[in-house]
Amino acid sequence: MQKLADLLISKVTVLQSIPADFVYLAVQLVFALVMLMAFVAPFAGIVSWVERRVAARMMDRVGPNRVGPQGFFQWIADGIKSILKEDIVPTAADPILFRLAPYLVFAGMFAAFVTIPFSSGLIIADLNVGIFYLIAITSIVVVGILMSGWASNNKYSLLGGMRSAAQIVSYEIPAGLAILVVVFLTGSLSIQDIIKGQGAYPWQWYIFDNPFMPIAFVSLFISSLAEGNRTPFDIPEAESELVSGYSTEYSGMRFVFFYFEEWANIYLIAAVGTALFLGGWQIPPAVKAWATGLGGAASVILPHALEFVTFFLKALVIVFVIIWIRWTLPRIRVDQLMALCWKYLTPFGFVASMGVAVWMVLFPQGVPVVRYALCGAALAVLLYFFYRVAYQVWYSRQPVHVNPFV
Amino acid sequence: MTYFRNIVETATSVFEGMSITFAHLFRKPVTIQYPDKMAVPLTETLPDRFRGFLKVDMEICTACLACMNDCPIDCIVIKTKKDESSPTKERVLTQFDIDEAKCMYCGLCTEPCPTGAIHFTKEFERATEDINDLVFKFVPEGQVIVPYKAPKKEGAGDAASEDATDTTEEAADA
Repeated sequence: MQKLADLLISKVTVLQSIPADFVYLAVQLVFALVMLMAFVAPFAGIVSWVERRVAARMMDRVGPNRVGPQGFFQWIADGIKSILKEDIVPTAADPILFRLAPYLVFAGMFAAFVTIPFSSGLIIADLNVGIFYLIAITSIVVVGILMSGWASNNKYSLLGGMRSAAQIVSYEIPAGLAILVVVFLTGSLSIQDIIKGQGAYPWQWYIFDNPFMPIAFVSLFISSLAEGNRTPFDIPEAESELVSGYSTEYSGMRFVFFYFEEWANIYLIAAVGTALFLGGWQIPPAVKAWATGLGGAASVILPHALEFVTFFLKALVIVFVIIWIRWTLPRIRVDQLMALCWKYLTPFGFVASMGVAVWMVLFPQGVPVVRYALCGAALAVLLYFFYRVAYQVWYSRQPVHVNPFV
Repeated sequence: MTYFRNIVETATSVFEGMSITFAHLFRKPVTIQYPDKMAVPLTETLPDRFRGFLKVDMEICTACLACMNDCPIDCIVIKTKKDESSPTKERVLTQFDIDEAKCMYCGLCTEPCPTGAIHFTKEFERATEDINDLVFKFVPEGQVIVPYKAPKKEGAGDAASEDATDTTEEAADA
């Protein structure tokens, strides 16, 4: 953003009389606001529609298809409906904490977007402690959730809040260990530096850097799911046990804030996974050289647009996988949840970090053969997966229906 | 060893489960989008003895009032009068109303009907803002309908000609 602000200052003479820091701040605030209004909010809404449609198709249903083409405006209808609902604060609830909790949850989620990059230049603030800041600031969400559970004065809400807090605090350890591995490789906490350390092609990504990186990636992915309270780790809001967990007593727009946080958090998980392991916004150097060589406005906008599309598509794939996992796996028990965290993921994290450290000592330049081999192995797994899908389609003996729109 | 077997089993079962859910994306949804998109009209999918709205075939109604008398909730109203304008002073139907909103679809009216004039249809969609719209009037207001007279029993096999002679006799009387 600094470059953009510098460009703005050099073009607009009025800004030169103001201290440059103010201009930077203003540009960052405006960009943050634009991102919230034009990217995060619609994305959270649209993902809710996508999830419902994908879930429906996985259950051989159709899903919401009445508001607009293919039900696309369902999320707007839901939002309007929620705003029009009565805002109820239970008599026995703690009125201040009850009202405060959704804002904390929302703020914790949105503050994390500050360090999420969209392209090499589009980022609100490229902090030198970027990924550390992200882990730290998302913990505000825990405070908000615990607060909503306590303030509701309802045993199910409190249980949900406590479970969520326990879960998020536990899973930050494997997540932190997995992120640490990437920091080893980069030597920087800045997310932009982490992405710059990778390349455009799969064998240049950190996930295939050495045999321990896939373990770290899987570990981070599972931990992120647990931190985002996504199925199969949605025990804080397990309908069959806790009504709706910490959001039981909420209605109208306050309720939507919790769900907004959940949907936006999906993008956050996907973006962190993409930036840390899947090459982020990197596009092939030849393409970038071609785009910057076009001249005029295109040479400024096109490289960033291509980088944004690359990043966004990778993130969308992870978003789809998250949705897909939700409709595949059943909810796990609390003891299983803790066993998974402490007996499996935390040792994985230690193994990965130790392994990567040793690997870096032994092969400081990396081993290209291992990268290609891991890439090939991933491709083989993917191909075998599609073979299994084809087998399942054949086994069901149902007519194949490829069109996603019914 | 259980530890490692757990890991392998988790990975393989999640893999297999995800392939199954992904394969479902290639199936046609079984949802019937009633009432917008129906492969066949709904009435064709209903069973033969479906109890929809009652309907009276006025051409064969004998105005015997059996259905009205049998109705346990009195949702059928039939009124008759002597047609003073006709020289034979014959009985005519002036009103035959069935309140389908009250009707409980027990079917007791269809059983005593001598000609099968009152019967169930397969129709059931009649959402309305005014409940009085559900009172079906089988005799248009201000009109009268001459009830059906069963042909005489003599020549059982020749009903059509009997009818014909009946009408000619009436015509001769007139």
